[in-house]
Amino acid sequence: MHSDRAPLSLKIAAAAGLLFMHLPILLIFAYAFTTEEKSFAWPPPGLTLKWFAVTWNRPDVWAALQLSLKVAAISTGMALVLGAFCAAAVSRSRFFGRETISLMVILPIALPGVVTGIALRSAFSIADVPFSTWTIVLGHATFCVVVVYNNAVARFRRTSGSLIEASMDLGANSFQTLRHVIMPNIATALLVGGMLAFALSFDEVIVTTFTAGQQQTLPIWMLEELVRPRERPVTNVVAMVVVLVTLLPILGAYYLTRGTDQVAGQGK
Amino acid sequence: MSAVTFDHVSRHFGAVKAVDGVSLDIAEGEFFAMLGPSGSGKTTCLRLIAGFERPTAGNIRIFGDPVQNLPPYKRNVNTVFQDYALFPHLNVIDNVAYGLMIAGQGRRQRHAAAEEALELVRLSGYGARKPSELSGGQRQRVALARALVNKPRVLLLDEPLGALDLRLREQMQEELKSLQRQLRITFVFVTHDQGEALSMADRVAVFDHGQIIQTGTPEDIYFRPEVPFVADFVGSSNVLPEALVARLTGESRPASIRPERLKLAAEGPLRARVTGLSFLGLATRVSLEAGDTRLTCLLPQDAARPAEGEDVALDWEPGDLHMMKAGA
Repeated sequence: MHSDRAPLSLKIAAAAGLLFMHLPILLIFAYAFTTEEKSFAWPPPGLTLKWFAVTWNRPDVWAALQLSLKVAAISTGMALVLGAFCAAAVSRSRFFGRETISLMVILPIALPGVVTGIALRSAFSIADVPFSTWTIVLGHATFCVVVVYNNAVARFRRTSGSLIEASMDLGANSFQTLRHVIMPNIATALLVGGMLAFALSFDEVIVTTFTAGQQQTLPIWMLEELVRPRERPVTNVVAMVVVLVTLLPILGAYYLTRGTDQVAGQGK
Repeated sequence: MSAVTFDHVSRHFGAVKAVDGVSLDIAEGEFFAMLGPSGSGKTTCLRLIAGFERPTAGNIRIFGDPVQNLPPYKRNVNTVFQDYALFPHLNVIDNVAYGLMIAGQGRRQRHAAAEEALELVRLSGYGARKPSELSGGQRQRVALARALVNKPRVLLLDEPLGALDLRLREQMQEELKSLQRQLRITFVFVTHDQGEALSMADRVAVFDHGQIIQTGTPEDIYFRPEVPFVADFVGSSNVLPEALVARLTGESRPASIRPERLKLAAEGPLRARVTGLSFLGLATRVSLEAGDTRLTCLLPQDAARPAEGEDVALDWEPGDLHMMKAGA
């Protein structure tokens, strides 16, 4: 006989799976409050809030955070413009090689970050482009464009083509149609794509290691910090901030599109 | 004055001749139907009037002005789309007021006009709803109101009743007809349903393969088809092949005769065998075979019914046999 209730063994397995995924994250949070600064000893010998103050006063943290926010903002902006136009072109018109172009736009997200990183690094060195904030932005834009494109193209597909004709028929020129019909219909898709792109860029490590010069984004700074044992819990405090900054937009995107369309590209 | 004039208009898509050398003349205030099977070019003709397509050859005039190079938003025509194309992000009143908003009217003024248009299509009080909350028939009325509120000189309707069920369709046919009489706007109506075209239009153009085969009043099209295609497509007329007509009349041309004009008689020029009977309510449809030619005859309910398999003679009044042009 089948029972409506899950068997005990399945419940235990589910609980173990969840613990396995989330316990390490809770540990990171716990170590942000430890009094021990050289090594991570469990259990923490004592609890303190002083690392929050220490972190607040570290200029390198602020510099890394500022760079990360700047890179994320610029690459999201680029992704919104390029991704939306690309989606509009692919879904609004038929031309030779349309499917190929669609595949080529999506490909960077399927490519391992290492490959993207090495490819960009060699391209920059061939073209003699010095490493700067802009090379990091270009690296991030490769996958941010995909996220925005995927969301926008899904929305365009659900938007009937005759809406644009109806708008023109009622006297609106191309610009008025863009403003009054196209934008309101794809706005949430763009918002969601933008939020995901921002979150992806903010915690990106692999591509950044290949495309950054001496500058450190926040995730890179954390990686360096773990190698040098100095005020280790500062890293944990920063980790908590990173989790919050990336989680909120993803949650927001989830709630905005719940029950509408698939949020593409969450996986990267 | 002519509302819409086509002068040898063609629209080719590569090798496909969607519209091929069409000339037509739609009078002001006319209810004009473009009838034809799918792919016959009737919808492309409508899109040429609206401006969504540009002709590859020929001239189009709307009230005398050449329009073939004008974009849709500079033409004084409005369209009711087959899928209605209501804006999903706007409620009903803003959908209807869209054209007035684009024209720069203030909110209060355009909402008043939109409310009036909704009243015209008997949807007063639905302004606050979203299109997704309406039934198919209501959406259709909103689409109609959204087009009419702009006071177009020509209203284009692309299979507007196609998505509705039978009863609603019959009701809307009458409403469209009375709306057209009331507003005196030129209606150009595309349909593949011959019943719809015949019952609503002042004049009908029958399309096939991108060309107009015949233009005329519903009576012309129904009783006096010029070629077998029209006789065949407009209702189930009996088409008599050339050889049979030659034997009957001596003229080597195809002819048509309406099923209700065929009579079963004791003596007649044509003998046929009854292959089936079906009860239609008002009449009984008798399927017949005269040699290789299949014929249909509609018997009034009070007439004597033959048995299946029986040999009968067919007769008709001389004027009911309508001679057509030879060829397709």
